[in-house]
Amino acid sequence: MMENEIPAMLISAKDLHLKAGRHDLVEGVSIQVSEGEIVSIIGPNGAGKTSLLKLLLGLIKPERGSIERRPGLRIGYLPQKASIDTVLPLSVERMMTLTEAFSRKEVEKALAETGVASLIDEPVQTLSGGEFQRMMLARALLRNPELLVLDEPAQGVDHLGEAELYGLIGRLREERGCGVLMVSHDLHVVMAATDRVLCLNRHLCCEGEPEEVTRHPEYLRLFGMEAGSRLAVYSHHHDHTHDLSGNVDTSHASHQEQAP
Amino acid sequence: MILDDFFWRAVFAGAGVALVAGPLGCFVVWRRMAYFGDTVAHSSLLGVALGLLLGVNIMFGVFAAGFAVALVLSGFLKDKRLSGDTLLGTLSHASLSLGVIVISLMTWLRVDLLGYLFGDILAVSLVDLLWIYGGGALAIAVLVWLWRPLLAVTVDQELAQAEGINPSRYELLLMLLIAAVIALAMKIVGVLLVTSLLIIPAAAARSLSRTPEQMALMSALIGILSVLIGLASSFQFDTPSGPSIVLAAVLLFILGQIPLRGRI
Repeated sequence: MMENEIPAMLISAKDLHLKAGRHDLVEGVSIQVSEGEIVSIIGPNGAGKTSLLKLLLGLIKPERGSIERRPGLRIGYLPQKASIDTVLPLSVERMMTLTEAFSRKEVEKALAETGVASLIDEPVQTLSGGEFQRMMLARALLRNPELLVLDEPAQGVDHLGEAELYGLIGRLREERGCGVLMVSHDLHVVMAATDRVLCLNRHLCCEGEPEEVTRHPEYLRLFGMEAGSRLAVYSHHHDHTHDLSGNVDTSHASHQEQAP
Repeated sequence: MILDDFFWRAVFAGAGVALVAGPLGCFVVWRRMAYFGDTVAHSSLLGVALGLLLGVNIMFGVFAAGFAVALVLSGFLKDKRLSGDTLLGTLSHASLSLGVIVISLMTWLRVDLLGYLFGDILAVSLVDLLWIYGGGALAIAVLVWLWRPLLAVTVDQELAQAEGINPSRYELLLMLLIAAVIALAMKIVGVLLVTSLLIIPAAAARSLSRTPEQMALMSALIGILSVLIGLASSFQFDTPSGPSIVLAAVLLFILGQIPLRGRI
């Protein structure tokens, strides 16, 4: 009762290396995700974000490095590009039970959690981008995952839907206590909804809480000064140059003027 | 006995093959493996030659050759420097030509090349029937048993893999099954038309189904119906039986395209 409970490690990788031909895709990246933690990977195109997820999921083998999973770890995965060919007739219900059998009740309950229960009999090919991602999230939940791995979950989702989707992911973490590992482009949303950020550009540029990362010179070099200032709004912290002023508005405004 | 009559032997053989080819053909259609199947089928003549040379059952020779070619093919297809259709086009014609040449070199045998190319269903023997129903039952049992993982890997390979299904194992299994069904079906419609029994009923079933399972069942039914219509008309109008079956399947495919309410 007295001791602090350290959240249990779900997955941990050390010094991962991956090559595609002669090019390095992932260079010496270490990462770990614990129970109840939301970890985001950000980085420019071609930074190896998806490759890193695939390495962790065991879809591809690393050149070097080790990956350790908690024994029997249940993973729910949302791939970046899951479009289902129309030659295959597939209803939402059937998609939900693709790799494991579940009763219609269980499927309905999971779909209701992400707000798309009414779509249960629709062909998956007719879903909109947002509906599809919600179905995929419900699908991941159905397997009662300890770790959710999301590759750009807001892809093909409009701005309003995007905020809702990240809100949903945050709520699921609260309710279920599962760890979340996601890749994202949407810097500001990521920063608001994340415990820890990994900034990746083949190697690990910087890592830490959102506010720390946005102050990191490597981060600013990658995403520009503008990103640093814009994100400060969301994290409700001043940028480091204005930390002591005590006046949020002026510090924020003055920083924006510096932005390129 | 009904099986003493060549016509009924043909009916049972055709229906048996169609029953397996339907569900398996769905995978060929879903995975866009039509040309892959064609290439494996074209290697059948090599298998015939192999069977004749070694004195083993020809169906077994065709199965062995087909599976070997499928394995080589899937290895080649991993090389992305040439597109899949180019590779398949090359190997498909190479194996067909090689088969024709090898058979023609075996001058000590009189081989009915036309029968192998276009099928000779009316010459189906009791032993052939036994092979078709034995092999077919085995293939269906495997399909039913491993349906879920096979389908999962087909829908999204990485998703299936992330959820603990080993995709390469099931790809290999599909290749085995395709080679087996081609070997069983060769006598019915011949090397050149054999993939039609896989693809056309499945294509016809698509517009009539809402789930993969429905499509597999419909495909089997349409295949059997094609065999019945094809053989009956072949008997009636004295047309070649293999091509008649294929055209019957095409006719059903066209009928299935007529729009009805509530289709997806």
